[in-house]
Order: sequence, then structure tokens, then C-alpha cells
Amino acid sequence: MNQHILAVLVNNHPGLLSKVAGLFSRRSFNIESLAVGVCEVPDCSRITIVVNGDESMVDQVIKQLDKLVDVLNIERLPQGKSVQREMILIKVQAESTTRAEVVQIAEIFRELTGQADKIEAFIKLLEPFQILQIVRTGLIAMPRG
Amino acid sequence: MKMTGAQAMIQALEHEGVTTVFGYPGAAICPFYDALFDSKIRHILTRNEQGAAHAASGYARAARKTGVCIATSGPGATNLITGIATAYMDSIPLVAITGQVATDLIGSDSFQEADITGATSPFTKHNYLVKSAADLPRVIKEAFYIASTGRPGPVLIDVPMDIQADCFEYQAPGPVSLPGYHIRSGVTSAQAEAFAEQLRQAKAPIICAGGGIISCEASPLLVQVVNKFQIPVVTTMMGIGALPFDHPLYLGTLGSHGVFAANYALNKADLVILIGARVGNRAMGAAAEIARRAQIIHIDIDPAEIGKNIKPHLAMVADARDALQVMLDFDNIPDFADWVTTVQDIKAKRAYTTRLDQPSATIHPPSLMRRLGELAGPDAIVTTEVGQNQIWVANHYPIVMPRTFISSGGMGTMGYGLPASLGAKVACPERTVIAVSGDGSLQMSIQEFGTVKQEKAAIKFVLLNNNRLGMVHEIQSLRYSQRYSQVFLEENPDFQLIAEAYGFAHAKISSNDQIDQAVQAMLAYPGPYLLECQIDPHEPTLFTAKKEGAQ
Repeated sequence: MNQHILAVLVNNHPGLLSKVAGLFSRRSFNIESLAVGVCEVPDCSRITIVVNGDESMVDQVIKQLDKLVDVLNIERLPQGKSVQREMILIKVQAESTTRAEVVQIAEIFRELTGQADKIEAFIKLLEPFQILQIVRTGLIAMPRG
Repeated sequence: MKMTGAQAMIQALEHEGVTTVFGYPGAAICPFYDALFDSKIRHILTRNEQGAAHAASGYARAARKTGVCIATSGPGATNLITGIATAYMDSIPLVAITGQVATDLIGSDSFQEADITGATSPFTKHNYLVKSAADLPRVIKEAFYIASTGRPGPVLIDVPMDIQADCFEYQAPGPVSLPGYHIRSGVTSAQAEAFAEQLRQAKAPIICAGGGIISCEASPLLVQVVNKFQIPVVTTMMGIGALPFDHPLYLGTLGSHGVFAANYALNKADLVILIGARVGNRAMGAAAEIARRAQIIHIDIDPAEIGKNIKPHLAMVADARDALQVMLDFDNIPDFADWVTTVQDIKAKRAYTTRLDQPSATIHPPSLMRRLGELAGPDAIVTTEVGQNQIWVANHYPIVMPRTFISSGGMGTMGYGLPASLGAKVACPERTVIAVSGDGSLQMSIQEFGTVKQEKAAIKFVLLNNNRLGMVHEIQSLRYSQRYSQVFLEENPDFQLIAEAYGFAHAKISSNDQIDQAVQAMLAYPGPYLLECQIDPHEPTLFTAKKEGAQ
């Protein structure tokens, strides 16, 4: 099972997101993350979708997405040749004895955006403290160049 | 010009060449029905919205046009869903128009509110919730374009009541511009050469013709290709009619309920050319195995069908006509005479003779189907329900022309055939339309007898009565140790009295020697007619497949 990243340009219609999400659930495609926001094209949004599956599955995902009339373009982002970022908010239980250490760890990372492995590393470092809540944006990505 | 949203809807429908629609009114679609009152468009009032959707589908298939059905909000709209899903699975062009509660009430769970665009997303090519009357002309134009082009299918337009009533300055829509909707069709010269080379290498090729051949009117080209290169043909259920029943190279329908010769040929072929067929599991249960044994060439207008159910060795995203046109120019194609003789012998060995001369306790369905088709003639249209009746028609009724076999293939919807026959009769009033059903399926849309009566539609209903759900009974007999669970319809009504109540002529037969005379009397009668045929409840459909080890 490989991870595939798709950048999908869509018309910014209400109900569009449910059409995309519904397609994934009814065809049993496995979404790892989905991040959506407005983009440089007027009245359009770009969705970054991370899917897990083999080559024939991602081929079907792309073809089925392409059949949605409000999907304008689908770009498959190659792992090595794209910039990928994710943002995380994390709340930890910080006692007076541990607060300094937590702040120190946070200082190392400064701002909590980065590639998935950086985010994972940060979570690992904080795991010894009691993590109260985690919010992640899901991956956003674009091709280099 | 100032007009209401509803008037614009009517005008847009007229622009699309719509002459007939099927529907059922209700509060939220009343502005539309008020505008319809002044239009020349013929509206056929069905007895349930599902009947309107199925009738529109039957109409589309017989008339070669996009069918239109109309319903109100809430339950009216949800009743359409089975019809929309049935059309989607069989790629039938349909535009469904639904009323919706007023825009300021949407989301408040108001009376007769249902999220029909959300509910139909999985079963429509596209759908719209119209938020401004000014959008209506463009939306309706786009809907017809999307429904009828590429791989056809249903499109739904949900129009809130206030939008129907809104007055606006009408402007004719410009050309359709849908950057997210692509139709790709074409065979490159490299593909054509690779295709020809595959055929040159083959010793035992077959063409598997699907519904795509019917929907793009490619049958005449298929006949030319088949005659020129002498390639045997099998069809899926949706492909029935692609080649005439009596064509010497036609082997029959594939699949678990298909015929032996067709399955035999598929299993022995070294090259399978799939044209406009999506390789559904009912047609090809072991697709991966076939792809290991034979070279597969897949031609389909829908790119998503390529590689979905079978991995082809060569694929072309193309209209069946484009692909067949390319095939006609192939040269140096070898002679497949040995292979043709083999499959023709297999087919000939399985031929059976009709049982018509002897009195019998029950009617033999295959013999009845054979005679129905022979007596009704090649241009008669036959619709089926789903169950044993469908399989008997598919395998034994001699279908000669495309679009004369109308049946729910992909969805397998009981209750489809009766309203679909109405749609077909409305589309082709001068032609004979026969609706074959079982006693279970007939009762699933039996209320549409009312529509048939009102429209004075001279449909010939052929009821195969075995007082049970025959197909499930057969499955339970073969696979569930004859534990017959909920399949008996012992308290069936007297169908003769039902026909009488609707003013239909009617007759009942139970002996094979009555078939010819009864069918002739039915066909000669000028109005609606119900011919009830008592059949043997143990008559199987799976006989060939089970005994002879087809997949």
C-alpha cells in the first residue's frame, strides 16, 4: 500500500465536497487526509487528497474524480518532486516541573508546520508528557518548479 | 423578455426538443405545472413517481432521445431514486426535474423537504440545486448535454419553489461551457495498428458487444465488421440486439444466466474484443482468469471503465462507432474459419425445438418467447421485468433490431418493465410493444395499469404466472437446500379480474398448444391486452449454466 498525493482543482460549489467525499466512500477508496481551501483560480478550490492504495486503485480514483463535472483538473504529485506541508496544533499537560522542557521542545521546532515526518517526530517528543488534544490540517502539497 | 423561472423551464425544455414528459405533481412543483398548462409538451401522469422515471427511461431507449421525468419535493423526489439509479447503471439519458421547498426553508426540515441532490449524487452523472431563476436556461441546457453525450446517464435538476415563481429577464443561454466535463473519443494510428496486429495474431477471436453499441447506434457497423472478418459475437444483456438473433456469427448472451455457446466461446477465445461493455460480474464472473488466458482489447467511451473490472492488454477510450470504423480498414486479417465452425457447431448442438403441438399442463416459457417474437415481428419492442422472465426473454425471444429489447440490466430493477413499456409505446405508438413479466414483478408497478388505461396505450402484457418469486425460488432450490423462504405468492389476485377492472382485454392459457392462437389474438387486438400464462414453477433458467459448467 503506497501513499499517493492528488491536487484536485474544483468548482467552488456548495455540495461539491460531499460529492468528492461520497465518491471515496462508495467506491471504498481509502482517504488518509483531505485538505481544502480557496486557491488562485477565481471561484475554485484546490483539494489535496492523500490516498492509500495500489497503482490500479489510484488510477481508478483519478478516473472517477475526473467524471465529476465540477472537478476541473487532477494533478498527481510525485513524492520526491513536490513540496508538502502539514500543520498541527497540540495541547499538552504541562506541570510546573515539565513546562520548561515542553517549551524547549517547542523551541526546537519553532512553528509546527512541516512535512509529515517532522510532525510525527514532534508528536513523539511530546508523548512522554500527557497529550490532551491534537488537531492536524492534513497534508497540503504542490509540485516543485 | 420577462418571465418566471417556471416559464423559462418550459421554454428551455421546448428548446431541447422535448415533446413528452412523465411526471407527478405536488405542491413544490406547482409553479412548473402551471406553466406547463400553456405548453404543447405532452405530460403523462403516472401513478407513482418511480413509474415516471422508468417510463422516461423506456421512452429514451425506444425514441433515441433524452427522457424527462418530473416530481415534487420530498417523497416525490425520493420515489424517483430507483428509476434514476436504474438509468444510471444502464447508461440511459434522463433528465429528472424535482421541485424543492423554498430557498429560505432549505435545511429547516420543512414539509416535504428532502436533500435530493445529496441523495442522488451516487446515481447521477451530475446534479444541480438551482439557486437563481436566471441560471435555469443554462442549467437545463447543460443537463441535456451531459445526459446525452459521452457515456449517457441521468442528470437531476432540483428547483426550489420560489425560484420557479421568480420573475426575471430571460436571456437565451450561450453555448455549453463545462471545463470539467470532457468527452474523449478517438483511436490513434498506433492504437489502430496494435489492434490490427492483435487480430492478425489471433486464432480464436470474439467480439463482446455491450450496451455501448446500442446507445451509439453502432449496430450496422458491427454487422459490417463481423461479416467482413467473420468474428463470432457474444453480447452482454445490455448488448442484446447489437447483432440480429439469427445472425450466423451470433452466439448469444454471456454470463451465469447466459447461453452455453457464448460462455464456451469466451472461455476458449484467445482474443476478446470488448466494445462498449463494462465487464459486469453478471456477464463475466472470472474476468481476471479470462485476461490470463486470452488477450483483452477494451474499447469504451468512459475512461474509468478501462481497467476497472478487467486489465486489458490494449485499451482505447473511444465511441464504439469510431472503433468499428477503424476495424473496417484492417488488412491482412487471417481466416478464422476453423474457430467459427467450432463455435457454430456448439451453438447448433444446443438448439432446441419449440414445444407447441402437444397439450400440456403448463406453458413452456422458452417456446412461448420464441413464438411471441416470431409472431410479433422484428420491429416489435419487448420489455422485461427482472427475474426468470427476463432471462427467458433474453435467451429465447428472437431480438432482431437494436433498441427492441428494453430491460433493467445493471440494477436489476423489478417493476421496471411495465412503466418502461408505457414509455416505449408513447415513443413508438405505431409499433407493437410487449411487456413480459412474472406475477411478482408485475405487482411491483401494477398501479401503472392506470396510466396505460388513461393513455389508451395498446400494450400487450404477457404474464408468466407461477404464483411465486421464481428466480429466488430457483436460487433457494439450487443453493439453499430447497428451504423456500418467503417466495410464495399464494394469495395472488385474479389477474383476469384486474385486467377487466382496467378495461383491458384478457385471456389465460396453460397449454403449449394454445400459444400460437392466443398470441395471435393478443397481437390482433387493438387495445391493451393481458395474456396470463400459467407456467411450471420448477422450470429453471440456470439449467444450461449449471449442467454444463459455464462460469
